[in-house]
Amino acid sequence: MRRYFGRKLSIYLLTFFVAATIDWLIPRFMPGNPVQTLLSRSALPPEAVPAMTAYYNNLFGLDQPFIQQYVNFWAALLHGDLGRSVYLSGAPVAKVIMDAVPYTLALLVPAILLSWWAGNKFGALAARRALLDNAVLPIGYILTATPYMWLAIVVAWVFGIVLGIFPISGGYSYALEPSLTWTFIGSLLAHWVMPFASLFLVMFGGWAIGMRNMIIYELDADYSRYLKALGAPSGLIRRYAFRNAMLPQITGLALQLGVIVAGALVTEIVFSYPGIGKLLLAAVQNEDYFLLQGIFLFVIGGVLVANFLVDIAYVLVDPRTRLGMRGESA
Amino acid sequence: MSHQTPTDRGVPPGGSPVTALTGAVAPHEAPVPRTAPGRLPSETVGRRREILYFALHGRKVLVSVAILLVLLVIAVVGPILRPGDPNAFVGPLGAPPSADYWFGTTTFGQDVFAQFASGLTATFLVGLTGGGLAALIGMTVGFVAGYRGGVLDEILNMITNVVLVIPTLALLLVVTAYLSARGLFVEAIFIGLTSWPWAARAIRAQTFSLKTREFVDLARMSGASSLRVIFREIAPNMSSYLFLTFILLFGGSILIAASLDFIGLGPTDGTSLGLMMYNAVAWSALQLGMWWWFIPPGLGITAIVGALYVMNVGLDEIFNPRLREA
Amino acid sequence: MTLQVTDLRVYYRTLAGDVRALDGVTFDLADGEIMGLAGESGCGKSTLGNSLVRIDGRMKYVAGTVRLDGLELPIADMDRMDEFRFKDISIIPQYAMSALNPTRKIGRMVADLLESRGVRFGEMRTELERRLLLVGLTEAVLDRYPIELSGGMKQRMVMVLSTLLNPSLLIADEITSALDVTSQRAVAETLVEFRARGFVKGMIVITHDVSILYQVADTLTIMYAGKLAEKAPTSVIMQKALHPYTDLLISSLPEVGVRFDERRLSGIPGTPPSLLNPPPGCRFRDRCPLAFEKCAEEPPFVEVAPDHSVACWKVA
Repeated sequence: MRRYFGRKLSIYLLTFFVAATIDWLIPRFMPGNPVQTLLSRSALPPEAVPAMTAYYNNLFGLDQPFIQQYVNFWAALLHGDLGRSVYLSGAPVAKVIMDAVPYTLALLVPAILLSWWAGNKFGALAARRALLDNAVLPIGYILTATPYMWLAIVVAWVFGIVLGIFPISGGYSYALEPSLTWTFIGSLLAHWVMPFASLFLVMFGGWAIGMRNMIIYELDADYSRYLKALGAPSGLIRRYAFRNAMLPQITGLALQLGVIVAGALVTEIVFSYPGIGKLLLAAVQNEDYFLLQGIFLFVIGGVLVANFLVDIAYVLVDPRTRLGMRGESA
Repeated sequence: MSHQTPTDRGVPPGGSPVTALTGAVAPHEAPVPRTAPGRLPSETVGRRREILYFALHGRKVLVSVAILLVLLVIAVVGPILRPGDPNAFVGPLGAPPSADYWFGTTTFGQDVFAQFASGLTATFLVGLTGGGLAALIGMTVGFVAGYRGGVLDEILNMITNVVLVIPTLALLLVVTAYLSARGLFVEAIFIGLTSWPWAARAIRAQTFSLKTREFVDLARMSGASSLRVIFREIAPNMSSYLFLTFILLFGGSILIAASLDFIGLGPTDGTSLGLMMYNAVAWSALQLGMWWWFIPPGLGITAIVGALYVMNVGLDEIFNPRLREA
Repeated sequence: MTLQVTDLRVYYRTLAGDVRALDGVTFDLADGEIMGLAGESGCGKSTLGNSLVRIDGRMKYVAGTVRLDGLELPIADMDRMDEFRFKDISIIPQYAMSALNPTRKIGRMVADLLESRGVRFGEMRTELERRLLLVGLTEAVLDRYPIELSGGMKQRMVMVLSTLLNPSLLIADEITSALDVTSQRAVAETLVEFRARGFVKGMIVITHDVSILYQVADTLTIMYAGKLAEKAPTSVIMQKALHPYTDLLISSLPEVGVRFDERRLSGIPGTPPSLLNPPPGCRFRDRCPLAFEKCAEEPPFVEVAPDHSVACWKVA
């Protein structure tokens, strides 16, 4: 088990190292002087230009040798310094991101867990009943083929505009100040429902199909055939198949994390939900590269941590990893 | 161990098994091809007839091919029916669908149908280029790692794992944001460069299992070079698997491109379905109730990707008889 | 009489039509008899074994009866057969190495299986441990996952589990093919031991490797292209087989008996007929060195001597 986690951790650390290095390289790699490019594109008041130029020059440390710049970059990164946001008038990027994180997590975590749970249940049920299967399969494929933002748009239009049930924009009513009152919490919830639901639905389709296909595969595995040959009731065989089919579903979750996070970001954009996604859009529109790069590093870090959590879950379910007898795993 | 480990099945992310390996699924992930590769030549003649039979009788493949063909026709015929720049301001402002403007017009009087048709072309091109490039890289890495093994395998495996965990979209964000002019092909190439790992991993596992088969041994003993063994013996024996992988990469590229366009990092010129949605949301089509602006592009993407996934399953059933419903 | 199979026909459904993998098979298995079932791959021997245990979705029951201890088995009825499986008729499958659920401890899986068949695991535990010792395993394996066991250990575990409820009939399907020669011998000896201790009454040992049958089987049955060619006591088959196919099959073996030592391993020329639309008459006709006009008619499987039946016009 120690080997398993050791291997995983080393890959994650290496990945973060590579990602951060790319992050550092890109502004220096692209043609032209990044400081000039940055400043010419950002809509700064003229009197702020010299100050910002000096700031950027200092930060990029372009007068120093590359190695020194690289070392400085890591030193700053390890202190949690991701630079300052141009668009948010110099606020520290790390703080701006941390303010947005709770909203993103509030969407992501329940949507991932619930869709995974419900999708697996449904998929397993579908593998058993032909009638349900005929319904789940096409719906599942349509959902999983739907771009996250489009489902979000459709949900927002139907339930927000046409039916007018939920608010379609923001994290809470603009008329309210954040506070610990029931009114505010109610408003938070009302604004949360639709982005959550559209994220949930797209993922649900994928998990349901995955489980359905995996179960069918597992029911044909040797251990299932042996149990059938010994007259075991189908309930027992299905229970085993379900448990084993969970393993690739857990691996799938790890592999999907990047896509899921991307889905959450675009969903937030549709609903102007005040999470990382909205921040990202603002960063792109305002060409706020520090913010953009900070988001990049943050998302990668988050995905790596989530990957590690999934690895722990995997070990709990698959004895083979505990025994350290698997040479390679996801 | 004949109980296949989930990793061997290689679960495709990003518009996804596999499999599953047949396989394995998650959001935006279609079943992994589980087709058992490595059939002996003597079995192929009878199988070819069988494959043709199922291809023609399998509803899944027929329906999905029909959908793709219809969309392809729109993409080709659209620009002929509506010549000129699809972004030009040609009609009334914000008009609903009518005989003149089948899909209505945008707030600025752009013809939504013209944008849709040209966006479809962009979508197919991104899928083809991005998916094709990813398939190429995935195959190269998978074949070499699986066939040669050893240190080379270790290194390629490490690279694969690293690229696999980096969220594709996040990587594309920082790369594309610094490009002042972005073309469709640049976007597609970047997508291809980042979305190959799961395919490489799946192909590596398949290659690994084929490598030890008799016919490969025979070729090796008769002095064939590694390249020759890979292309003459191994690749043909997993051709159906490779094709299914390509289909999934194709669909995945389309979805990634749509997200990128929607964030505002798509092509800086021309149109795309993702860009249409970006504009619709940015210019409050939702609040204005202009459904004709945002429904067609998303529906188009869903139809293409959905058809690809269903085709993948249909073909998988054809290639792998164990999956056929009795 | 433990087992009576009469005119059993089980086909495989394929797109091109039915493959007649088992096309009218009739034989008896006496109490305590270990019958070896041999033939080239694709001759229907595994189909026969599987049909007696479980006819799966790809197979189709066509005709015939199977009686076990005087009771007719509902072999075409998947659900009603469940009652007989494990308790009356059991199998050691070809895939014994992967037959155990990889994510359950073995003891837990055995308990799940027994309880699901209405047998209390607690009551069986002592007997189970006794039998594990017999095959050289300790009760510690019950606390292990399959991956912690070697291939040979898994094989022995499956052998013990399959026979735990003392079935009347045991099918052992190609159980030695994945093993080295020493382990093959050990497995063969275990089978004989199981019979001696009364864990099983009758046994059908299916293999394409006749040399292993020489060690365990009382009688040998040779199949060819979905039909029985010959059944006789092992020594008779080995020394004076009557069917020309049996003769060729035995003589193509590398290591059986002294008589064939100098012989080179010689395959039988030609291939068996397609079972999709098998030609009328004797199915071995095209490859048979002794074939004559009469062989255009189908030879009956008849007893030519006590306990010796054969389907060939030349000898019947």
